[in-house]
Amino acid sequence: MTTLLRRSLFTASAILCAPALSRAQGQARLLVIGGGFGGASAASFARRSYPWLDVTLVEPQPRFITCPYGNLVIVSEKPIEEITHGYDGLRARGVRVIQDWAEEIDPIARRVRLREGDALLYDRLILSPGIAIRFGAIEGYDEVAAGVMPHAWTAGDGAQMLLLRRQLEAMPDGGVVGLASPPNPFRCPPGPYERISMIAHYLKRHKPRSKILALDAKDVFSKQALFQDGWSALYPGMIEWVPLAGDGRVVRVDAREGVLETEFGTRHRVHVGNVIPPQSAARIASASGLTDRTGWVPVNTRTFEAQAAPGVHVIGDANTLGPMPKSGFVANSTAKQAVASAAALLRGETAPEGVYFNTCYSHVGAEFGISVVNIFRPSADGMGITEVPNSGGVSPRGDLPEQRRLEAGYADAWYTSITADMFR
Amino acid sequence: MSRRHGLVLGRGIGLAFVAISIALTAPARSQPGPLAAQGCLGCHGPNGAGSGGIPGLAGRDPSELATAMAAFRANDRPATIMNRVARGYTEAEIAAVVAYFAGMQ
Ligand SMILES: Cc1cc2nc3c(=O)[nH]c(=O)nc-3n(C[C@H](O)[C@H](O)[C@H](O)COP(=O)(O)OP(=O)(O)OC[C@H]3O[C@@H](n4cnc5c(N)ncnc54)[C@H](O)[C@@H]3O)c2cc1C
Repeated sequence: MTTLLRRSLFTASAILCAPALSRAQGQARLLVIGGGFGGASAASFARRSYPWLDVTLVEPQPRFITCPYGNLVIVSEKPIEEITHGYDGLRARGVRVIQDWAEEIDPIARRVRLREGDALLYDRLILSPGIAIRFGAIEGYDEVAAGVMPHAWTAGDGAQMLLLRRQLEAMPDGGVVGLASPPNPFRCPPGPYERISMIAHYLKRHKPRSKILALDAKDVFSKQALFQDGWSALYPGMIEWVPLAGDGRVVRVDAREGVLETEFGTRHRVHVGNVIPPQSAARIASASGLTDRTGWVPVNTRTFEAQAAPGVHVIGDANTLGPMPKSGFVANSTAKQAVASAAALLRGETAPEGVYFNTCYSHVGAEFGISVVNIFRPSADGMGITEVPNSGGVSPRGDLPEQRRLEAGYADAWYTSITADMFR
Repeated sequence: MSRRHGLVLGRGIGLAFVAISIALTAPARSQPGPLAAQGCLGCHGPNGAGSGGIPGLAGRDPSELATAMAAFRANDRPATIMNRVARGYTEAEIAAVVAYFAGMQ
């Protein structure tokens, strides 16, 4: 018996992959919370690559609407159905999909309490719940105000995007669209500027006497020179961008009156107000004690385990990873590293060396795309992360119509590819 | 370590079963091809089959892929974004990724 026990311990990894083991007999349980860019990528990759894992996904929405390409939906360049994805592909891969909210994680008992259903036990947890809007960070901007001045920065059931679309359609020609951009860090660093571009594209065609007042809590932003070159070329005189140093930070809103008020008391009256407020990790992360003072989740940069809770791998926008942007591509890339790490650790192996990849395309106009590429590596001890020197970077500047046309097409191909990687 | 044991021993499966499964099943490798290749799929499509205007990688001649990547890294080949991408990876990673895609259908 002693010999047998020792042998079984020594080769414990064998049992976890033994095909003869049924679920009931104890396949390792990987639980995924959140079925968006990080979570859907993780669930799909886990089933494709580690068939010995029993994968369950908890997500409250019956269908996922992507934020990427949402800026095209807002200006009627795309119907919302084209950015809406169901979970049947994941079910067909063998993922058990539970439509519910996760309320709280107990990392000691390895147990997750759900809002409606029975609690779930796990061996490893992947948490990718995305962001929460910090209502109240801008005075007067609460959930009621968001029903008048949408943020459209979390997709949910699509109501925020569609509200902004209706408001743009209803605005008179000659109106002012006010857009407030948040300080770093926030979801999708180039996102507000793609949105400004797409709104300008729409106004130029349909309401050419209108203006965009872009109030910013920052002095510099992602792909700034490329965006601003594009704005002067395509929409001359239409966009006024006000940086932090020019009193651009919105500190108070009066949604009923349509007023955006900046730090030094300037009150801007706008016809359509799009307020993108400061953000934090989604509520489940703070409710489970995973966030630090900043409101984001510090993680091991190699395994993505929360510093406060080994066994809970936190990916996507909710974590905090120094120079890495909060993007869908990063969520997808790090989801795979987190799953590979979880699988390795379950088998007593060490987590793989990581290399994380990001490409964010933005549409500036019709057939006018730009991009930023980043490649990052974690330090061996999982404490730090660095961008690979002399790699990546933004598209070249200059009058390069062929480059812009190709990148707009690549952006579309990226969308098709990454959503297939997530949902099929 | 202790958790892994807990997973195995915590179940009510007879230890004899463990011994049998060891005899019958070689432990599967836990790495599904190079993780670096996963980054390519975000644009080049599921299984590297290509997507829209982005070319496929699966089943391509390995020396053609390797030559292209080396040229992208050295900025010797016109590129839209692949020059920026290729410089982020080591030669060993590129070789592994090339072998992976070349070996696919
Ligand atoms: C306008 C805009 C444009 C963008 N464009 C791009 C782009 O072009 N390229 C790019 O790479 N990125 C882009 N992004 C960024 C991208 O959307 C995010 O980085 C990405 O969604 C992050 O993935 P995530 O998994 O962290 O969160 P999400 O994708 O938001 O997924 C989180 C999921 O978790 C669920 N959830 C939340 N709480 C719970 C809970 N308690 N229990 C269960 N489930 C829960 C939510 O319902 C949601 O489905 C854009 C963002 C915006 C706003």
